Amino acid sequence: MNEVWIFAEQKDGKLRGVSHELATEGRRLADSLETGLAAVCLGHNVQGVDQLVALGVDRVYLLEDPVLADHNEDVYTTCLVDLVRQHSPQVLLAGATTLGRSFIPRVAARLETGLAANCTGLEIDPQTRSLLQTRPCYGGTLMATVVCPEKRPQVATVRPHVFKKGPSDASRQGEIVRVDFDSSSVTSSTRLIDVIEDMGEKVKLEEADIIVCGGRGLGSPKNFDMLSELAEILGAALGSSRPPVDDGWVPYAYQVGQTGKTVSPKVYFACGISGAPQHLAGMQTSDIVVAINEDPKAPIFDIATYGIVGDLFKIVPLLTARLRQANA
Amino acid sequence: MNVVVCMKQVPESVTISGVPQGTASVRPQGKMVINPFDMYALEEGIRLKERYGGRVTAISMGPAEAEEALKEAIALGIGEAVLVCDPILEHSDTLATSYVLARCIERLERPDIVICGRQATDGDTGQVAPQLAEQLGLPFLSYVSRIEDISDGRLTAQRLVDEGHQVVQVSLPAVISVVKEINEPRLPSLRGLMQAKKAEIPRWTAPDLGLDVSKVGLDGSPTRVVNVFVPQRSQQGQMLEGSPESQVDQLLEKLRDAKVI
Repeated sequence: MNEVWIFAEQKDGKLRGVSHELATEGRRLADSLETGLAAVCLGHNVQGVDQLVALGVDRVYLLEDPVLADHNEDVYTTCLVDLVRQHSPQVLLAGATTLGRSFIPRVAARLETGLAANCTGLEIDPQTRSLLQTRPCYGGTLMATVVCPEKRPQVATVRPHVFKKGPSDASRQGEIVRVDFDSSSVTSSTRLIDVIEDMGEKVKLEEADIIVCGGRGLGSPKNFDMLSELAEILGAALGSSRPPVDDGWVPYAYQVGQTGKTVSPKVYFACGISGAPQHLAGMQTSDIVVAINEDPKAPIFDIATYGIVGDLFKIVPLLTARLRQANA
Repeated sequence: MNVVVCMKQVPESVTISGVPQGTASVRPQGKMVINPFDMYALEEGIRLKERYGGRVTAISMGPAEAEEALKEAIALGIGEAVLVCDPILEHSDTLATSYVLARCIERLERPDIVICGRQATDGDTGQVAPQLAEQLGLPFLSYVSRIEDISDGRLTAQRLVDEGHQVVQVSLPAVISVVKEINEPRLPSLRGLMQAKKAEIPRWTAPDLGLDVSKVGLDGSPTRVVNVFVPQRSQQGQMLEGSPESQVDQLLEKLRDAKVI
């Protein structure tokens, strides 16, 4: 029976959180199909591959070479397509990260198979045994379920943080298959020149368990400092809705929403954000949404788990102070 | 410099009817517009023409009405436009669409750069640009936030990635997708509006492009949409009442109970 595969993305030799989430979700799907689960990992000196086995992966195809250390989409495409052609998995899942959304479409096109983007729900159809891939469209106001009835593999990118990493079992047995990689056989027309880590040492939005996000209600750029303090004590990432970015208060890299980043943290603090549909599209799959806004009619309260109608310039500093006390 | 910009006409907004989890229907509301993300692609194409000379052509695949969107592009300053229009192309998924656009681009004067918006606001897939690059056999650069330099057959650009930005160099020709950060789209000029009014937009059909009909439309698409529905909203929300101190204390208790802080 053809396997279920996941693409286990690494960054600087460490597996991304979404790779663990996919291992757990892939195991569940492989069990429903009564087949094995394999992971493909491309990188150099990758740490923690055993963790994939502990989470449910039966076999890890590991390709390691200095050339694979950075995400090179041309080279990654060639490697992944070659492996898929050799082993013919029936399903291939990858994280809908910058990398996944850039190179997996290329992989699917080269294999002339179907692809569903940014999935938030995956099930096996009991009748046809096909993968039912559910994904948001129209800015998250509508969900569509997509199937790929004939072509294989069925390929999906999966939104990070939607599926939860399951319990790991260190005694679980699996196989690490080291695949030969001949760097002279691959070419690339792109070259990485520089990395500008302009998010600094701060927590990255896509990786964060907690996000503190500010909107127009903050009133001025310097008031983002107040949110930074809250974010820092929570170990949270800082985000922004569209208006502060448009007004140049914070860089675009902070923007959450349809025209910015899509996030799905455990807790999302929406501070002074009214909740336009375009903003909700980028954050509404968060586990817990805390909304702080002085306007009780703000649409953000329709999707908030906990709503506080009040002055955010009182609430936020108070919250920060209480957390500081608790930590002291 | 020869630039092609790919664009799509989308509804400005939609009315979605249906109960949560039940099958929904989608109806366009208001007017049809250029996909907002494609506005940045068009603007960048026009800027490249202004800076380096040459031609900029907009292409779109869609129904006859999509001609309006291409005319709007001409009003902005795009020199030429082509509409690929054939009923056989309806219901094409991203693989089939990228195949059609690739064959269309191959009929044009060979471009140095093909620019796409990062995704369309209806399907929200963001897959057509990278799949187009694959179909053309060209390199692809996603999420470009700034074009720094074009010289010696190479493009140097900044792109937005999870960690911040990267500076990447790619050999031309290449396909790129752009994000909002790259520019501020202009408004149409009076002269542009006049040009748009009298512009004749060529309409190319599947036979014109010599398309393999087994690769287009519903039959040529590997994926099928089997259901559309309105998402279930998260659990009923709870408003925390009382003084600011009490609101904050209640919130912290809830978050501690949920073991998230």
